[in-house]
Formats: sequence, structure tokens, C-alpha cells
Amino acid sequence: MKLLALDTTTEAGSCALWLDGRVIARDCPAGRSHSETLLPLTRDLLAEAGVPFSGLDAIAYGAGPGAFTGLRVACAVAQGLAVPFDLPVVPVGSLLTLATACGAATGAQRVLALLDARMNEAYAGRYVRGADGAFHPEHPEGEDRVGPPQDIELPDPAEGWVSAGNAPAAYPALAERLAAAAIPHHPALPQAATVAALAAARLAATPRADWGQFDAALAAPVYVRDKVAFTVAERLAQGGKA
Amino acid sequence: MPATPAPRKAARACPPRWGKIAAMLVLGLESSCDETGVALVEVGSGNGPAASGTSVPASSRLLAHTLHSQIALHRAYGGVVPELASRDHIRRVVPLLREALARSGKALAEVDAVAYTQGPGLAGALLVGCAFAEALATALGKPVVPVHHLEGHLLSPLLSTDAPTFPFVALLVSGGHTQLMRVDGVGRYTLLGETLDDAAGEAFDKTAKLLGLPYPGGPALARLAEDGRPDQVALPRPMLHSDDLNFSFAGLKTAVLTRVRDMGGERGELDDAQRADLARGFQDAIVEVLVKKSLKALKQTGLNRLVVAGGVGANRQLRAMLDEAARRRRLRVHYPELEFCTDNGAMIALAGALRLAADAGAARPAGTFAVRPRWPLAELMSPAD
Repeated sequence: MKLLALDTTTEAGSCALWLDGRVIARDCPAGRSHSETLLPLTRDLLAEAGVPFSGLDAIAYGAGPGAFTGLRVACAVAQGLAVPFDLPVVPVGSLLTLATACGAATGAQRVLALLDARMNEAYAGRYVRGADGAFHPEHPEGEDRVGPPQDIELPDPAEGWVSAGNAPAAYPALAERLAAAAIPHHPALPQAATVAALAAARLAATPRADWGQFDAALAAPVYVRDKVAFTVAERLAQGGKA
Repeated sequence: MPATPAPRKAARACPPRWGKIAAMLVLGLESSCDETGVALVEVGSGNGPAASGTSVPASSRLLAHTLHSQIALHRAYGGVVPELASRDHIRRVVPLLREALARSGKALAEVDAVAYTQGPGLAGALLVGCAFAEALATALGKPVVPVHHLEGHLLSPLLSTDAPTFPFVALLVSGGHTQLMRVDGVGRYTLLGETLDDAAGEAFDKTAKLLGLPYPGGPALARLAEDGRPDQVALPRPMLHSDDLNFSFAGLKTAVLTRVRDMGGERGELDDAQRADLARGFQDAIVEVLVKKSLKALKQTGLNRLVVAGGVGANRQLRAMLDEAARRRRLRVHYPELEFCTDNGAMIALAGALRLAADAGAARPAGTFAVRPRWPLAELMSPAD
């Protein structure tokens, strides 16, 4: 399978090409916007591997949570590249990506993934390595959350948790709490190489008949922070103006 | 992007006889505010004689266009929420593209260039259309044509069954714009006047809010005004007698607010008749200014064709007054169909196609992209030769 993955969840953008298990990855040059660099980087990567866009089997994107604009850049670019050839478009969660990369780098079995959500908040998700060797949410109904860093409930350090992501760097108080709880921190960011591997595994595990869920029209970022404005009724209820 | 007039030599060598010249298929995408639009336009690659007064655009044909309006999405918020607008665009663009392709009977592989709104507008909303368009063009190996949203509006009358010929004066009135422009051809625009503060549509919406009308208030206010009596509520005509062709509507809104207070509106004591009279007074004021300035622009330029574009162009009272003035003064007023007045993909596809037909240099390779939320209109200007 030839799969292209894009990730612009954070300022560290990247793209990666999965070629039947072999991964070639490229990072967006720092200091320039993803909109400037992502497509040229992707085109060069494919040219280098000798794979035309029409020769791809699927496209994956870092779906979030993360910076809203970055999430939409990766998603819209994935859609635009996929539509001409009717390629499946596979979303991969950023906290799962982070946990998987952290597990691979540190050998951790349990990862608390933490990304800076700005506005004095962080995205948090607990992921645990399953019998299949892959990471899954700790609880089946476990959802990625967003909230103030002081409200993030830390797991039991005795269970061998490792934290990952950029939220502790953004919120020193969170870093101090992690240190006090003796939870080691792995300051990784989501990367397209991991997104590619996770998407390839998901596609391989999904019967072709069910690939309709990967239709480009259904591709959308996962924002987690869904309350972005107050309705008129809410403003009035708070004593504000219409 | 500097505007480039049509190359005259090429134009003579290649008259716009439909069917005789190579046609280009241009896909257009619009996502600058709260409407997602996709369209396919076919255009001849030649241009008409560009001499002032006789120039006609390359023959173009709208094959299909699809549109999704987010009005219902933003209603509960009382206005457009930029983040929600961006979130909606990304969910709509693929289905709208597929529908437009199906209606046109064309395949993506036949598209020669991808045009999209690069600005001005909401940054996040623009970025969705821009990123999608650039990626699509990259995958297809085709160039892109980034389009100024206002150029789309200026050329939108050419989509109409009652298309004007160049040159004409365009009155662009919407929630985001109020401009008078002289249009001599594709890429040949002169700004004659514009609003110094609120856009006309913005004044309609804000005044509607003062009167307690639900979002989007502009059309509701216009309906309410039809029940109101003229001359019951006298309001100022801002800048009516100024020497220039500029507008100012912020003060008018404040004047309405003062009247609402005087009439006890803040204590909820306005009855329906009073609100209708206020709406009528407001609409009379704004329409009179728009009409007088438009006529002044025609007089000043010596032209006799006026094109009214933008959502406020649908206002019935504005149309009635312009039509009456046109009859008296032997002018022609063109109104694009309503679907081309408000934001749409067709005008972006058309603007991209006409740019491309006039100058192959209008297209650039896809890949590196950036939106221009504040793209100054001045950069679009290339006055008549």
C-alpha cells in the first residue's frame, strides 16, 4: 500500500509516505507557515519516491485535536489531493499519534498525551497499549478532553504512565505537577510518520466494503473544543447584549 | 497581483467566435465568508477587441454552480461566527464540488485551471477554499488562479442573461462592501467611491438588530419597511451632497438608535407601526444616498450603463428608484440574478476564466499558498488606458 500522510496539528508540520511498511518522512521547514510549505514538501517527497499522486492508495491526515487552522490545512489538503482519484481519506487522532510515538520511543505502556490548546487550556487523553501492541483509549468510551491544565486529573504513577506532548512546556504548573507525581515526560509532537503507520494499520484492518467511512466528503478535523461562541440566548441569559 | 489588460494583438488574431477557438474549463471555489460555492465555467481562449467602449469579454459559459449558505448556522449567534464558518466550509466543499461536476457533465481531469477566492474575507474561511483548491490543482497537475472576491462581484453581471457590455459603472452593495467602480474590461477597474465606515448591508443588519429583527436582519428590515409610511421618521442622508462619491452609514445607524430611544424603544414600547415607520425611514435614507451617488457616478464618467451587484442589490425599493431614474435619464440598469448577487462560486470561476482568457500569465503553478484577508482593492486597479 502507498499512503501519504499529512500532519499540521502543531507548528511542527510534516508529511510522510508509507510504502508497504517503509516510511519516508519530511518536516516542514521551521519559521514558515504550513500553507507555504506543506504542498511543495509533499510534491517533492512523492517525486523523490517516484510515486505520482494518481499512484497513491490512500491519504491520511492528523485530525486533531490541535491548532484549528492547522487541522483544517491538513484536512483540506488531504481532501483536495484525494478527490481527483477517489482515494480514501483516513483521519488519525493527534493524541493517539502522540501516545504511539511516545510508546515507540520510550517503551511506555501507558501514555498521558497532552497538547497545548491555547487560551489557558490543554487537550488531554489517556492511551494504553493493548494486547495487539497498538495504543487505545484507556476506557472504551474514553474521549480526548480539553480543559484548564490544573483540572487535568493525573493517573496513578504506580501504573507506569509517561506523559507526552507540548502542554507541560506551555504550562509550567502542569510540568511541576507531573514532576511531583514522578510521571516522566516525553516532549514529542505528533508526526506524519506515525500518522502514516496508524492509518495504514487501520485501512488494513478495515474490510474494503467498509471503506465508505473514508470518503473525502466525510473528512473533518476533530476539534474537541466545540464551544467557540455564545448564542444570542446565552449572551442574554448572562445579562449581556443581543 | 497587478492587473493586466488584454493583449490586443492576440485579441485581433483570435476573435471570440464560440466553437472556433480552444475552450478552457475553469473550476471556481468561493469560501470567503458564510457561503460555500463551487462552479465550472467554460471560456474561449481569445478576447474581444479591447478598445474602450466596444470591448467585450471572451465568450464564457457557466456550466454548473452549487452553493451552500450558512445563514441558518449563524442565526442563533446573531451574526457570522468566523470559526464556525470555517468549520462548515470544510464539510461542504467536497459534496458541492461533486454535485457541480455531475451537473456539468464534466470530469475533474478535464479542468484546465482552478480559481479560488484568495481574499478579502475571513482568514480561516478563505484558507479552507484556498488549501483545498491548491491541493486539488496540485493533484491534477493544473495551475491555479487566485481571485479577488470583489473582482468576482464586478464581473458577476456577465453571468446574467441580461449581461452588460463594457464599459459600465458598478454599484457593489453587500454586507461587506459598498463601492462604486468604473469597469472598462477584465482587469480594468477604477474605484470611484466607497464607504468610509459601515457597508450598506452592514447598516441594514445593525439597524435591524436595533429594531429587534432576527438575523440576518437586512432582508427582514426591508420587508418591514414595506409596511412603513414615508416621511414619518426623518433621518439624515449622510454625505448626500459631498463632492465625492464616497458613502458613510455608521451615523445613520446611530440616528436610528437615537430615534428608537426617543420613541421609548429601549423600554420595549415600540409598536409594530412605529417599527415599520423607522424601517421605512432608514431604508428611504440609505436608498436615496445609493441612488443619488450612482447617478452622480454615471454623470461623472459619462457612461450610461449601471450594474448593481451584491446582496443589497436585491432590495426592491433600491431597484424601483433606480429603474425610475433610468427611465427619466435614458440609462440602462442591469441587475444580475439574485443567485449571482450574493456570494457564489460562479463569479469566482468566471473571474478566473476571464483573467485566464485575457492573459495566460494570470495562472500560476499550484503549491505554495497564502490567503489575503485584507487584500486592498487598490491592487486590483488598472484604470482605463
